[in-house]
Amino acid sequence: MRWFRWIMLALAAALFGLFAYQLTQPKDEFVHSAMIGETIPAFDLPPAVPDRPGLSSVHLADGQAKLLNVFASWCVPCAAEAPNLARLEAAGANIVAVAIRDRPEDVARFLEAYGNPFSRIGKDDISAVQLSIGSSGVPETFVIDGAGIIRYQHLGDIRDSDVSVLLAELREAGA
Amino acid sequence: MTRHFFPLFCNGRDAVADGARTGVAVRWISACAGVMTLWCAIAMPATAQDSLPPAPYAYTQIEDPALEAKARALMETLRCLKCQSQSIADSDAPMAGDMRHQVRTRIAAGESPDEVRSWLVERYGDYVSYKPAISATTWPLFAIPLILLTLVAFVLRRRLGRAR
Repeated sequence: MRWFRWIMLALAAALFGLFAYQLTQPKDEFVHSAMIGETIPAFDLPPAVPDRPGLSSVHLADGQAKLLNVFASWCVPCAAEAPNLARLEAAGANIVAVAIRDRPEDVARFLEAYGNPFSRIGKDDISAVQLSIGSSGVPETFVIDGAGIIRYQHLGDIRDSDVSVLLAELREAGA
Repeated sequence: MTRHFFPLFCNGRDAVADGARTGVAVRWISACAGVMTLWCAIAMPATAQDSLPPAPYAYTQIEDPALEAKARALMETLRCLKCQSQSIADSDAPMAGDMRHQVRTRIAAGESPDEVRSWLVERYGDYVSYKPAISATTWPLFAIPLILLTLVAFVLRRRLGRAR
């Protein structure tokens, strides 16, 4: 019976070791989209501001790879990532956007304060497009290839170090 | 998210009704007010939220009670993505409201609860569903208790057998 006790002890030690390991690992709080590799679902959003056209899934399958930024004027990290979106635009990225639960006057004020790197901005008042692409918050940035297939998702604000990653992903998607 | 904690923390109504005549209650109320002020000061920047009204079916039931019951049961088993420990039926986050709108309009349009659930799982993975499904990653959760019970039965049989 001695061997049996030792096996039990080893099993218990292994279990507690596993607990200790998992408890010390940083937790990933983000809910990742399961839509990577899938075609973007059909949608057609009206313009969010008067000086930019709205956005539909047809625009995202026009042959050119793009960045799709999901943002809102009421979202603080969205303002924080504005300089890096400007850098991406300066590097040649075509960035389109979806404004989540936002009023036109608030979006206009936000863009005036932080810059407008977007060629199109769709207005999504009930997060319908956001939910259809598996986005769980603002800001998020997707790489969409020329055929309208979602290639990459960046969660949270775009930090300085993320700019080169997004440009590489965009290039890989055929931009 | 923060909205939920507010009434839990500082529901001073009972103290006012039951014991306004005692000094204890007065102290309790002023302490409560203090906590409230502090809480507001802390909570204000965190509640940066949109100013749009909720989606049409976020807080409105489907006209048909049978369909509403179906939608309701489904909403209780779907995770709010903003406040990840709550179901979308429990959460007041705008995004949970938008998810309830999706659930109710899809159920009202004749989709089955399983279809709506898989629509969301296709987008967010199993994490969005509170209803556990047996899959390549979850099977140990179902297998381990069975293995342990078998082991216990085995050990007990040996022990009892020996005692006899």
